[in-house]
Amino acid sequence: MSGPFMTTRAWLLMLPLLAVMIAVIGWPLVDTIGLSFTNAKLVGTSGTFVGFDNYAKMLSSSNFQRTLYTTAWFAIVSVAVEMVIGVLTALLLNQEFHGRFILRALMILPWALPTVVNATLWRLIYNPEYGALNAALTQIGIIDSYRSWLGEPATAMTALIIADTWKNFPLVTLIALAALQAVPRDIRAAALVDGAGPFARFRFVTLPFIVGPLMVALVLRTIEAFKVFDIIWVMTRGGPANSTRTLSILVYQEAFSFQRAGSGASLALIVTLLVTVLAASYAVLVRKTAGSAR
Amino acid sequence: MLKTTSKMLLGVAFAGGLMMPHAFAETSLNALFMAQAAYSEADVRAMTEAFTKANPDIKVNLEFVPYEGLHDKTVLAQGSGGYDVVLFDVIWPAEYATNNVLVDVSSRITDEMKKGVLPGAWTTVQYDGKSYGIPWILDTKYLFYNKEILEKAGITAPPKTWDELSEQAKTIKDKGLLETPIAWSWAQAEAAICDYTTLVSAYRGEFLKDGKPDFQTGGGLDALNYMVASYKSGLTNPNSKEFLEEDVRKVFQNGEAAFALNWTYMYNLANDPKESKVAGKVGIVPAPGVAGKSDISAMNGSMGLGITSTSKSPDEAWKYVAFMTSQATQNEYAKLSLPIWASSYDDPAVTKGQEELIAAAKVGLAAMYPRPTTPKYQELSTALQQAIQEALLGQASPEDALKTAAENSGL
Repeated sequence: MSGPFMTTRAWLLMLPLLAVMIAVIGWPLVDTIGLSFTNAKLVGTSGTFVGFDNYAKMLSSSNFQRTLYTTAWFAIVSVAVEMVIGVLTALLLNQEFHGRFILRALMILPWALPTVVNATLWRLIYNPEYGALNAALTQIGIIDSYRSWLGEPATAMTALIIADTWKNFPLVTLIALAALQAVPRDIRAAALVDGAGPFARFRFVTLPFIVGPLMVALVLRTIEAFKVFDIIWVMTRGGPANSTRTLSILVYQEAFSFQRAGSGASLALIVTLLVTVLAASYAVLVRKTAGSAR
Repeated sequence: MLKTTSKMLLGVAFAGGLMMPHAFAETSLNALFMAQAAYSEADVRAMTEAFTKANPDIKVNLEFVPYEGLHDKTVLAQGSGGYDVVLFDVIWPAEYATNNVLVDVSSRITDEMKKGVLPGAWTTVQYDGKSYGIPWILDTKYLFYNKEILEKAGITAPPKTWDELSEQAKTIKDKGLLETPIAWSWAQAEAAICDYTTLVSAYRGEFLKDGKPDFQTGGGLDALNYMVASYKSGLTNPNSKEFLEEDVRKVFQNGEAAFALNWTYMYNLANDPKESKVAGKVGIVPAPGVAGKSDISAMNGSMGLGITSTSKSPDEAWKYVAFMTSQATQNEYAKLSLPIWASSYDDPAVTKGQEELIAAAKVGLAAMYPRPTTPKYQELSTALQQAIQEALLGQASPEDALKTAAENSGL
């Protein structure tokens, strides 16, 4: 069976799902696009058409540019660190040793924690008056007095990145660990016999097998990191002096706190566009690496 | 067969529809409160329980959010009509009235309320001559001090001016009693604006003149200069720039601050031996003034209870609001927040055991200085919060920071 009949049936079978997708994603998206060309308020006026005004204002505002930089910094650093730590722990957990199943299960805990809980937890750790980090560092002698980690622009972002990394690297580990099961033992054994060192074995034997799944992890994590909101909202609310304010927080402020639904929508769409471009370029990359890795 | 079944179903539906109102004559109200400062969650629940006991046909569902979420949650619920009764801050009526979030309840306010409630309290709920609720939490920032530390430092009376406060803090620091004696809530949040407003009132500054920002010069600038000087001199706890009110309370309760600016609720909590290490040593006075300009300073940090325009049971909602703000209810729970009723301040049942707080309140509440009344308050506040933090962190001079804030205020 093939041809037009199959095509029709395929579309018919997909229809219910498509209808749901259009209702919950398509329509709001179209509505948001429409909204972004108006000066609508969140409550009250539905606004009038203002063309590309909102976009022009947003893109040229220093607030947006600074926030874009902050978001990019957060996304690049946290995802990079998560990838490295994630792969390293996966390699470790792929070794045969007693109790590795317990460790593998424990691994998932940080990732399974709700973000808000994680953020609150780290806020306590970083607390300037009675936080565990201050206590640990003063007792070891690395710093001589308690200090404010989330209150200084120099440390606030790093502190956030650490908190986010701790929560999210297990996802990379999980994906890498699953991929590692597919690396054939005989090839590894052959490489060992040929005298390849641990780095060479990782680079030329292991990596080509896991690079595809890793790219998927990279895409997922980058998109998530670019959209980050909750962990920052709970830990610093974008402070101090806006040094940790990301694009999502800017969207929230514009649309909900200041109730400018129109310009808020335009900003949200700019963020969506950026994330889509990122995801698309990754997708191309994934295809290329998947094709050439072996 | 099918026809009979559907007829039967219809019949059942009709009968049910007729019987329902009798069986479930209950009205359900959704009320939004905050879990931060003033009345505790337990207090609000107990008050509400008393209300539902007296009105068994009304059910009240309570929801508590942090202060930081109160405004946005209220506004966002407008679309879905989520709440009947909401707690609102003194800075929001302008915006809520403009956007039709709350209903005008001017005609519902009784003569008894008009006569009995402190006149200054009404400003909390009014905009453009109309009332959008009843004031419920009457509050300002007070200066709290640790009597024991002041005594050890040889200081006989708490400061009357902000300069005196700095001098006393320096004495305490120099004597080695505390490294950083003053605690404030200067996190990038509304809390910072409340401390700033207290100082603006002391320096007789103006937020707006003819609807345009005026805080970047005169008293507004003096206020920020004072904050920055206090921060840079090391007299202020440097962690203040990430503190909210509850952090200030913790520091003060642990005996790690000689002075702290905070709301009414800290008085009885810091005096509770179960909560606090400084119980019995807590002093409270109105926030200081500035020589030649003001005797004391105070800002209006009051909040009111209002009815949303989407409420389907405004009458029941009003009943609830009237109960919560009644003198009897407020007198019974006068430990964490003081009543709006004038005669309560001379009622021994209210004043007993908190005479110092009442004395400070009588002076402070009468001098409450308002934050600007504008529908764009949230933008103005956000811009000011950023300015305060930039100035504290030394990223900009107070002048430049406030100038930028004026430009970004949306006014």
